Amino acid sequence: MPLIKNGQQVADPWLALGDEETLPEDVPVIVSLERWQQEKDVLQTRGMELGLRLRSDQSPQQVAEDLQFFSLIALEFPKFTDGRAYSYARLLRERHGFSGELRAVGNVLRDQLLFMQRCGFDAFELPENAPVEAWLRALEDFSVWYQPVTDNRAPVSSLRRRLRVAAQ
Amino acid sequence: MYRYDEFDEALVRERVAQFSDQVQRRLNGELNEDEFKPLRLMNGLYLQLHAYMFRIAIPYGTLSSVQLRKLAHVARTYDKGYGHITTRQNMQFNWPRLEDAPAILSDLADAQLHAIQTSGNCIRNTTADQYAGVAADEIADPRHYCEIIRQWSTLHPEFSFLPRKFKIAVTGAEEDRAALRTHDIGLRMRRDADGNPGFEVMVGGGLGRTPVVGVTIREFLPEEHLLSYLESTLRVYNQLGRRDNIHKARIKILVQSVGRDAFARMVEEEWAQLRDGYLTLPQEELDTIARYFAPPPYETLEDSPPELELWQSTSPGFAAWMNENVAAHKQAGYAIVNISLKPEGGVPGDITAEQMDVVADLAERYSFSEIRATHEQNLVLPYVRKLDLMAVWQGLQQAGLATANIGLISDMICCPGLDYCNLANTRSIPVAQEISERFADLSKQRDIGPLKIKMSGCINACGHHHVGHIGILGVDKKGQEYYQITLGGSAENETTLGNIVGPAFSAAEIGDAMETIVDTYLTIREEGESFLETYRRVGQQPFKETLYAAH
Ligand code: HEM
Ligand code: SF4
Repeated sequence: MPLIKNGQQVADPWLALGDEETLPEDVPVIVSLERWQQEKDVLQTRGMELGLRLRSDQSPQQVAEDLQFFSLIALEFPKFTDGRAYSYARLLRERHGFSGELRAVGNVLRDQLLFMQRCGFDAFELPENAPVEAWLRALEDFSVWYQPVTDNRAPVSSLRRRLRVAAQ
Repeated sequence: MYRYDEFDEALVRERVAQFSDQVQRRLNGELNEDEFKPLRLMNGLYLQLHAYMFRIAIPYGTLSSVQLRKLAHVARTYDKGYGHITTRQNMQFNWPRLEDAPAILSDLADAQLHAIQTSGNCIRNTTADQYAGVAADEIADPRHYCEIIRQWSTLHPEFSFLPRKFKIAVTGAEEDRAALRTHDIGLRMRRDADGNPGFEVMVGGGLGRTPVVGVTIREFLPEEHLLSYLESTLRVYNQLGRRDNIHKARIKILVQSVGRDAFARMVEEEWAQLRDGYLTLPQEELDTIARYFAPPPYETLEDSPPELELWQSTSPGFAAWMNENVAAHKQAGYAIVNISLKPEGGVPGDITAEQMDVVADLAERYSFSEIRATHEQNLVLPYVRKLDLMAVWQGLQQAGLATANIGLISDMICCPGLDYCNLANTRSIPVAQEISERFADLSKQRDIGPLKIKMSGCINACGHHHVGHIGILGVDKKGQEYYQITLGGSAENETTLGNIVGPAFSAAEIGDAMETIVDTYLTIREEGESFLETYRRVGQQPFKETLYAAH
């Protein structure tokens, strides 16, 4: 699956590990919440970066105390219409200060990419045959936004303030 | 009224470009209908029984003459020459072609109009009291807050895929003309002991198949916290609202299942984190937006010009219109003019392109170029000098827009029903037309007094039947159209849901049933008592008896 990270296509060094699969030696893995809860000790002491995958009914609140162990959190969109992960992403970034990779997985669609990015996702797993160039362009669909949210784009209100100050 | 600055303009243009690209991808097969559906819905484009339906946002119901002319242009150029005012103060076109959608949006953008978030599971176009800024009973002008909500909710990245659609209504007046408690969030302006403006916050109202009257979760929210509190409420809902069953996904179900107090606590907990953060509205920002809504350059006028009395005594038609359609204004010498879109035998809420042009012209000459749409599917000229009322009346009359029935029995709310809608059980427009013809006599209507009939062609309740003084719901009985009657609903200050009166009536019987209900009321009412007051005093029994006596 093509992976976009920080605005460009990159190779994916991570292995998404099924709950039944054995832990490999030398690859960083992304595990489910259940596996994390059962194998915390092993996963923490493995000497490898660790990723966590949360379903849309698993609030990151549940792992608020464990965030220091994860370099990556993958939030799942089971259907693109299930928008819970937008809130989760903002909470992870803004409330819990999570600064690792925040990856959108599942039913990720081109026309939602920009919303995801604004909420703090910096990585996106694309469908197999997605035209990556067109998807990257979708990140440029809008140049103005009203809301101050997780990304660094200045909202319209502060642009207006700048204009007013400049005019004075 | 609000005018776009370069940023608003850029956003709407970029939206048009984005949607044009999406339509192109649909037309060349890159997107299938399933993938295209959520995209078109975010832009107000529904697939209906016979054609697409396009819903254009009229933010908090306020339009300029230029904008109304643009809507007339769209009706003429891309549709069949008319449009329809909806219960959410929007305008709907029933016959556009998909291929034309980008051109329509682009033409609309020329007049600062758009269709953003007029459908889909996102924060919909915010509605407001149609008399905002001019009502004699106003506590504070709510319009700049509406505009602030419009901006905040537009393409909100966190809240564009909510469990279900989300509707916010605002009023600054004592009398609730915005049906606050039938909305997901209702905001009523208040002042604290020091006179500072703020809001009473109500949540969890809604109609549809599970009608619920909204409850207050905060008595007073200071104005600067408006957005942080809204964001907190939406965030709680976005995470906890049900997503497994579309019929249980509205915020009302969440509020009901956890209870009002628990829900309020969750919002307050989230708000404790967000308040005083970057969503706090600086006074400067509030003032900047409020300046767009500064009063127009009113003249200093006598409040009761002698001409008015003369016209009323010499023209009974004018006098009747003055009584029913003209409301009190906060500025001396000015009046609020309601334009009824419910002519005898007409389709409630429909307006032709020519009529739109007439209204736009009258607004330009006599109402500082401003028009409002109402949730009862009429229009309003908000700033008319009393001295101009005769000219306005005559202008409206020539265009068939002077029916003197605002608030009376023929001023019905009615959904499109089976004539347009693919979810309908029954037609509703012909029933409205029949009722309107049966009660065509305006002096009889005046005798009956204030009476709101609201009608939906199916359980989705687009026509607000639950909160009609008389509600009519279309039901299907073995393939036949039947109409179930509810009595005693109201979306005014004391919001109540109507009660089903008994077995449904066939299409042939429903007109007689309406007459029976009205006659019963006329017989049993006490001096000066409205239909709703009588109903609240006597209950269903007398109506049941007369309605089902013959059966
Ligand atoms: C013609 C196509 C239409 C379709 C397919 C349609 C569909 C629906 C559906 C499915 C609902 C229920 C949503 C829910 O309960 O969550 C609904 C609600 C509603 N519709 Fe429509 N509608 C249409 C037209 C209209 C029109 C023309 C109006 C205005 C006159 C309107 C006003 C409303 C309102 C106000 C509600 C809100 C009820 C509530 O608060 O729950 N709709 N519509
Ligand atoms: S109430 Fe039913 S019939 Fe009427 S417009 Fe809504 S969905 Fe259609």
